Amino acid sequence: MAVEHVDGKNKGTVMLYALSTCGWCNRTKELLRQMGVAFDYSYVDLLDGTEQDNAIAQVEKFNPSGSFPTLVIDNKKVIVGFREQEIKEALGS
Amino acid sequence: MNFPGVSESDVDRVYLKLKKEAEDGGYRFNPDVDFTKNLIRGLLKNEQRYGYRACPCRLASGKSIEDLDIVCPCDYRDPDLSEYGACYCALYVSDEIAKGAALAAPVPERRPPRSERGNVPAVRTIATGPVPVLPLPVWRCKVCGYLCAREQPPGICPICKVTKERFERFI
Repeated sequence: MAVEHVDGKNKGTVMLYALSTCGWCNRTKELLRQMGVAFDYSYVDLLDGTEQDNAIAQVEKFNPSGSFPTLVIDNKKVIVGFREQEIKEALGS
Repeated sequence: MNFPGVSESDVDRVYLKLKKEAEDGGYRFNPDVDFTKNLIRGLLKNEQRYGYRACPCRLASGKSIEDLDIVCPCDYRDPDLSEYGACYCALYVSDEIAKGAALAAPVPERRPPRSERGNVPAVRTIATGPVPVLPLPVWRCKVCGYLCAREQPPGICPICKVTKERFERFI
């Protein structure tokens, strides 16, 4: 899966599943940048065929509704949607 | 985010058109113009790559029949506006948010997950039990609830401007 990496403070494995057209996904990404957290993100809408199917399956594993943004921390904590407070609490210093 | 092939003049034009249509129908646009224009940019990008204006905050399948419910304005807009004061992507908001008295907050996904999305026909009959004998069928716009009694649904909903495919037989 095509994943972009953003450098920053190591807060564990932080993976953001997003859509390139989604306003809330963009806000989530910007928040993580502002917080200076290292994270990976993937624009699932820009993936093709099997790669996209696999990405959707991963999202659904953590968030059965399959919605975006889905933020997964250390493969266990899941935050669905632009929940600023929750994200800050989970990844703040 | 900018997308190749979607010009700023298109974004501005569609923004003004949809905003006017929303207001004419009693709906309100998100007052955050930058955020809203980004959503319009997403709608135009989706129109370009899928052929229809799928919600920018949802993953479209690329098959219009499967995505009719998320073509903007989506089937979930009105219940989300009533419950959360904003639609899922927050293009449409309540009066309170439009006036700046409250902020749009995340709206949980109301669309059923992939595994539960049945093959709901584009037109289905809702009424059960005895129904009065009417001289004409009654059609309901699944997006805004507009009702009309005529042989066929209108080509465009006069209230929310969605196309004929978004109507269902009500009575």
